[in-house]
Amino acid sequence: MFLINCPFCGEREQSEFKAGGEAHIVRPKQPTELSDDEWAEYLFMRKNIKGIQFERWNHAHGCRKWFNMVRDTSNDQIKAVYKMGEKPPVK
Amino acid sequence: MTNNLRFKTSKFIDETYRVSFKFNNKTYFGFKGDTLASALLANGIHLVGRSFKYHRPRGIMTSGSEEPNAIIQLHDNSSRTEPNVRATEVEIYEGLVASSQNCWPSVNFDIGAINNLLSPILPAGFYYKTFMWPASFWEKYEYFIRKSAGLGKSPKVADPDIYEHNYIHCDVLVIGAGISGIMAAKMAAKNGFKTLLVDEKSYLGGSSIYDSSEFSKINNQITSSWLEKEINEISKLENLEIKLRTSVAAFHGYNFLLARENLTDHLPINQRENKVRQRLLKIRAKKVITATGSIERPLIFDNNDRPGILLSSAVKKYIDLYGVACGENNILFTNNDTAYETAMSLIQRGIKINAIIDNRELIDSKISYEVEKNNIKIYKGYTVVDTYGYRRINRISIMKLSKDGQTVIGDKTKLNCDCLGLSGGWTPAVHLFTQSGGKLKFREEDQVFIPNVYPSDQISIGSCNGDFSLEKIIKNTLSSIKKFLDIDNSEYKNIETISGLNQSKRNIWLLPSDKSIGKTKSFVDYQNDATAKDIKLALREGFRSIEHVKRYTTTGMGTDQGKLGNMHALGIISETAGTKMGEHGTTTFRPPYTPLTFGTIVGRNVGKFFDIVRQTPIHDWHVANNAKFENVGQWKRAWYYPKANENMHQAVQRESKAARDCAGILDASTLGKIDIQGTDASEFLNRVYTNAWSKLAIGKCRYGLMLNEDGMVYDDGVTTRLNENHYIMTTTTGGAANVLGKLEDYLQTEWPELDVYLSSVTDHYATISVCGPYSKKIVSKVIPDLDFSDEKFPHMSFKNTKIDQIKCRVMRISFTGEQSYEINIQSNYGKSVWEKCMEAGKDFNITPYGTETMHLLRAEKGFIIVGQDTDATMTPIDLQMDWIVSKKKYDFIGKRSLYRSDTIKDDRKQLVGLLTENPEEVLEEGAQIVADIKKSPIEMLGHVTSSYYSPNLNKSIALGVVKGGKKMLGQKLIIPMENKNINVTVADPVFLDKEGERLNAKL
Ligand SMILES: [Zn+2]
Repeated sequence: MFLINCPFCGEREQSEFKAGGEAHIVRPKQPTELSDDEWAEYLFMRKNIKGIQFERWNHAHGCRKWFNMVRDTSNDQIKAVYKMGEKPPVK
Repeated sequence: MTNNLRFKTSKFIDETYRVSFKFNNKTYFGFKGDTLASALLANGIHLVGRSFKYHRPRGIMTSGSEEPNAIIQLHDNSSRTEPNVRATEVEIYEGLVASSQNCWPSVNFDIGAINNLLSPILPAGFYYKTFMWPASFWEKYEYFIRKSAGLGKSPKVADPDIYEHNYIHCDVLVIGAGISGIMAAKMAAKNGFKTLLVDEKSYLGGSSIYDSSEFSKINNQITSSWLEKEINEISKLENLEIKLRTSVAAFHGYNFLLARENLTDHLPINQRENKVRQRLLKIRAKKVITATGSIERPLIFDNNDRPGILLSSAVKKYIDLYGVACGENNILFTNNDTAYETAMSLIQRGIKINAIIDNRELIDSKISYEVEKNNIKIYKGYTVVDTYGYRRINRISIMKLSKDGQTVIGDKTKLNCDCLGLSGGWTPAVHLFTQSGGKLKFREEDQVFIPNVYPSDQISIGSCNGDFSLEKIIKNTLSSIKKFLDIDNSEYKNIETISGLNQSKRNIWLLPSDKSIGKTKSFVDYQNDATAKDIKLALREGFRSIEHVKRYTTTGMGTDQGKLGNMHALGIISETAGTKMGEHGTTTFRPPYTPLTFGTIVGRNVGKFFDIVRQTPIHDWHVANNAKFENVGQWKRAWYYPKANENMHQAVQRESKAARDCAGILDASTLGKIDIQGTDASEFLNRVYTNAWSKLAIGKCRYGLMLNEDGMVYDDGVTTRLNENHYIMTTTTGGAANVLGKLEDYLQTEWPELDVYLSSVTDHYATISVCGPYSKKIVSKVIPDLDFSDEKFPHMSFKNTKIDQIKCRVMRISFTGEQSYEINIQSNYGKSVWEKCMEAGKDFNITPYGTETMHLLRAEKGFIIVGQDTDATMTPIDLQMDWIVSKKKYDFIGKRSLYRSDTIKDDRKQLVGLLTENPEEVLEEGAQIVADIKKSPIEMLGHVTSSYYSPNLNKSIALGVVKGGKKMLGQKLIIPMENKNINVTVADPVFLDKEGERLNAKL
């Protein structure tokens, strides 16, 4: 079980958190302008990387804040956590 | 008790404390300190069970948690009865009752043993094959397989014991209190680390604590004496907590471990009262030191499973620790030096050793010369080729090994014995290390897998790290702990070791025989009866990966997870396939290391603590008034209130009629309530609901539908504008938490620029809904100061008011189609306001109704229930709710998806009303809907989602989803049931009062 460093609360058990899928997928500002394919790309297509992955997490049973995480999915090492809106750290 | 098997012994056995116990209905005696296994052996009992497939007699094989055979049922016929307990781990106490399992009718006469004779037709994969071929045969096999297989009996009544969970945080966790674990714990604790040392046994020191051999010494002292002083010292250390009888079950990522601490299992039953039996420790350690030791390997040869065949290390432990001789005429069979330590332990007590069979030609160690000096015959370069004796070994035959070890040569020699000790070298106990995600490497020289890549801040030391000699264990423990803890410790500055053992070994995974392999039974997995022959068969049939071979042959699939034989399985695979060890993978060891009881896993979360139960503030009234309850998520909701002898149907019919004819009252407190504030609250609602919100006047309410981004209906509810920048949203009972989560997600991640704050207030308010033509009269009596006239207080509006000085909100909204008022008041006043309403409604036949009536009433109006009439595939258009989807709004969650090629298709499943040809016939919810019953295969058009008998319409009504249903109005369809086909007509989903006149009906 991970020990996750919530950017607002500090280290907490994974059981307090909820994973929220791939990070940095911005909701299109003008969905109506998009073709079906473009909208489907936003709606359905997610990466499933073995290795470094950027993902969203929510401190659901804590401060309720969403934040981002860089995780190596091959060994579950958490490389970084950062707040929403912050730039992802460069490798 | 046969006294010649018990020897005067050490401090481990209290010979003044005699303990009686029952095994298979016979009473025996042992001493305090015995395990069930040692006490049985002292009584000359080896045969304790039958094997799983062939039902061969099996005896005690080991002296610890790796035991494959001696798994027994504890506490017969009581609520405490427990299957699959290892007799080698059970500490005996006065009154213990145990019995063999997996034998029927008895361990000495087992009907399943016929499988042993049938074994040519019970090859690897037998069970799988019976599943597949021919199908009809399975029914024939099944009865006998079920009757004669199975491991033990589970208890039939509730467990009387108490269990609990504890969280432990420490700097350093040391797993295993053998010599290296004790050294590591001392170094850690003395250097200021908060340290926890755990061991599965009831004593500290591991196997070294009974090592009184002259051949291995530390600082010129006998190992056990040196260790005792160390133990004495660490037990006084402040920084160190020691937990015995504590077995680490799981090693997860980030140094999170689960351990089971046994607190009362060694006590007589009458001393266990009110004590916690077992604890599940949830340990989060900054650093983990694994010192789990190693497990001796058996040797694989024909008939290597008879009672009386044990691991050599177990023979040594039984005599050294418990003073019990496993036999009176022993033979040891080995490929390395450790068996000679066993020999010395037996020699010291004058127990007869008939011979030692050693695979090695050249044996060159002090200890072996000493054994030879005692006139013990050593057969060098020999192997055992067969054993004899049904319920107990009585003879073996041996042959000379060829130079390459692949065949046997020369004549067969037969030797008598009643106990055969096996030593095939040692396998590091890397189970926990691999569980944690660690990667192993194979060490060719002595054929062992050892830790290589650590996934977290942890280290393995001692023999679980592949250090087998005393010298290496001490030297490497010291250097790696210093480095691991970054300390400069002087505790063990001048530490000298001597050992009489040589580390040479002649490893042969499958020993050769004079018989062809097809005629041998060389067991690799004792518990599951998997033989070398089975593994070779699996390879011939094309299996390669160890994970496949394992499942096909069931090797390593028992409760012991193949702790003894997995290495041999890998070895035989690699030898047969001509590949390198590890190339076909190593098997994955999964938690738990040893089985856990369910009690330990659930801890205190039993009975009413199993799950959270949420009750409304009015709950007690419902109970007092005979309500039946329905679970909605964690909520207990009043379902219906039967009167006298009413059944559910009768009660619901009465309640439904009263609500429309007079007045009904519903406890709606469970509806989710989210308080929304901020200058952008209106804009926020615009974005999350499908309809427009900016123009909603203060004091007005509006129904809203929320979609997922994929356009599918997610939740619904009424939201009220309390003020310019203040709304209160209601959600479905079950969806409350998810809706809040979803809204927070959008606010925080997509629209952080919006000034909006959300807060869950579900539990803060009690919600009482009064409906029906008399509702206005009733609420006017409860709140006389408020003007309830339609002009001042129209449908879909709200008022702030007070009841007896207590602020409350009244919304005029309706889920039944009747005129309806919802009073929201601080929770703790909920019950008294409810009672006020009941009192005020007395003259108007006010009738409390539950969720079932609520569902019926709304179905009459064609109002959907999200989650019942919808699943995650219904858009608002599918629900015929186009009216609620704003065409003007540029965007809202899910809008773009409403005109994807798939969502605009005409033949999507759409919500329709269904009327049965026979108005008395009520459809089953979930029933399929078809058009053409003769078509093959029948095309399923949809299903019934809601169905009731309406007492207000005097007919059966239903809602359903049907492909292209919108265009089918008036069309006949068929509901095929088991015994009949029901004819229905597609109808408008609004069955009652389409014009909405009842909302303002006056009485
Ligand atoms: Zn937090």
